[in-house]
Amino acid sequence: MESLGVLLPIPMNAYLESELDGRYKVFRLWESPPERRQDFIRANAAAIRAVVGNSKAGADADTIDALPRLEIVACFSVGLDKVDLAKCRERGIRVTNTPDVLTDDVADLAIGLAIAVLRRLCQADRFVRSGAWLSKGDYKLTTRFSGKTIGIIGLGRIGLAVAKRAEAFGCPISYYSRSEKPNTNYKYYSNLIDLAANCHVLVVACPLTEETYHIVNREVLDALGPKGVLVNIGRGLHVDEPELVAALREGRLGGAGLDVFEQEPDVPEELFGMENVVLVPHVGSGTNETRNAMADLVIGNLEAHVMNKPLLTPVV
Amino acid sequence: MSYESPPAEQPQQRPEVLLLRPPLPFFDAALSNKFRFLKPWESSLPLFDFLAAHAVSVRALLCSGPSPVDDDVLARLPALELVVASSAGVDHIDLAACRRLGISVTNAGFAFTDDTADYAVGLLIDILRHISASDRYVRRGLWPLKGDYPLASKLGGKRVGIVGLGSIGSAIAKRLEAFGCPILYHSRTRKPSVSYKYFGNVRDLASESDILIISCALTAETFHIIDKQVMLAVGRRGIIINVGRGALIDEKELVKCLMQGEIAGAGLDVFENEPVVPKELFHMDNVVLSSHKAIATPESLRNLFDLVSANLEAFFSNQPLVSPISE
Repeated sequence: MESLGVLLPIPMNAYLESELDGRYKVFRLWESPPERRQDFIRANAAAIRAVVGNSKAGADADTIDALPRLEIVACFSVGLDKVDLAKCRERGIRVTNTPDVLTDDVADLAIGLAIAVLRRLCQADRFVRSGAWLSKGDYKLTTRFSGKTIGIIGLGRIGLAVAKRAEAFGCPISYYSRSEKPNTNYKYYSNLIDLAANCHVLVVACPLTEETYHIVNREVLDALGPKGVLVNIGRGLHVDEPELVAALREGRLGGAGLDVFEQEPDVPEELFGMENVVLVPHVGSGTNETRNAMADLVIGNLEAHVMNKPLLTPVV
Repeated sequence: MSYESPPAEQPQQRPEVLLLRPPLPFFDAALSNKFRFLKPWESSLPLFDFLAAHAVSVRALLCSGPSPVDDDVLARLPALELVVASSAGVDHIDLAACRRLGISVTNAGFAFTDDTADYAVGLLIDILRHISASDRYVRRGLWPLKGDYPLASKLGGKRVGIVGLGSIGSAIAKRLEAFGCPILYHSRTRKPSVSYKYFGNVRDLASESDILIISCALTAETFHIIDKQVMLAVGRRGIIINVGRGALIDEKELVKCLMQGEIAGAGLDVFENEPVVPKELFHMDNVVLSSHKAIATPESLRNLFDLVSANLEAFFSNQPLVSPISE
């Protein structure tokens, strides 16, 4: 039987790549110079039946069109914003992601970022390392995290995990989503501005879709206000980044903890000098334990597909 | 019908409270219409002369900061009945001498519990998930140049050993349970009200823990309770978080263990000789350093203020103290 041809658009987790290499014929797109990548895809289109994507690269309409034998897009991420889902549906191409296994890590990071921003952890660390504690003393106060109202955009798996953790800090939870969830006691807002105006920490935990593109805009940031903190562990494009930078610069927003940015790996340099922001390089699921579990899930989905068994975590 | 003037209009009747160093400005402003503060630092007399001249009749002492309250001070205050500490730890106060002299001591009670527990969890997530280290990486512009930051460690499932399961240790445990961490602990005595696994000595606790969080009081018995053996027991993948006092850890050994990879990392809010921090730590990416700030929020200070006033008012009206140390 012909071994599955798998297109990798960009380098991935080393464990995932070695597992793929051991099972399938892997085509590494990035090894061709950019101007020859279309030729590379065309030349190997007859063999490529699967694409493995992630949060940075997946399968857009052009790629899908160039791969007539494509059967499955298995994503090494929970978000599928780099995959043209409509096109996949139309062509009958299956799509899988890696839900659940990364939920804990992303929620942990959301809480970590909220505490780091409110309690100025990174600033304290910079202060001590610079030797300033000795020379200047330190009397600056920071803000308590326990008991602050947490507003969550998108009460899916990750949103719920953030809520569960924040509850252990005595934080009241409220949320915004398309529809009210029947099984929670958390306060529901059908309007995001109202949620932002009534919470202290606003956490973005929804999928990136056309409707949620720039869902955190100037109005939302202004409603969150000078004492409010934005935590984004979703996608950079959820937030209107120039407006976020302006709100921070002008003191209209209290602070931000950001794992994701509009044009990764580029981060607006203006943020680098701000003390009320914490900037981490898209590491929401970036632990050894979780990346291995995600890789196993990608392999599990591809194996199931090859064996004609039900996919483990199908989306399409 | 009786009529009482507010105390502020009878300043001569305000009870005297001795201070050893300036309190927070808002404490001074808000309490000085109820109490008359004796302020030795405003006098030209040396401290002990000031005490002999002005404080022989004083019944209450309010400590702000770590000024020692030892035999030398206590011997000059024959009428002293109460020491009100502004901290959770009272290692600067000679508790044995106070007990012998029949002097009550109060501390910050629960005022700092939430903030200290939050800080411990924050330091832990920071270390495991490289928050401060990768924030530095991003701010230096290294992400586009050097690519993704090395993978971190997951918090869920890590066994957390808590040294000292008092109010702060318990608050840390409650928070970390929500992250899926099994909780273990060491304290002088087993706590019957909790189901966490108990260890009679710290070394055994360390060898079964992935993470050690230090949240006990500093006493003669707990000085350097985290010694080299404990560090080796927590091991090369182990993390140590200290939100107690610097002297709970043998700091020289800690620096050595970090340099030699005998432990994986540390989150430290306190140090043995504050504000001096061992310089070797400044260049390590597997440590997070903080300038004794776990309690430094307006919310904690408000809690403390309420507690300090309540203790002083209770004392001067012969009511039971609000947060006496039971030692």
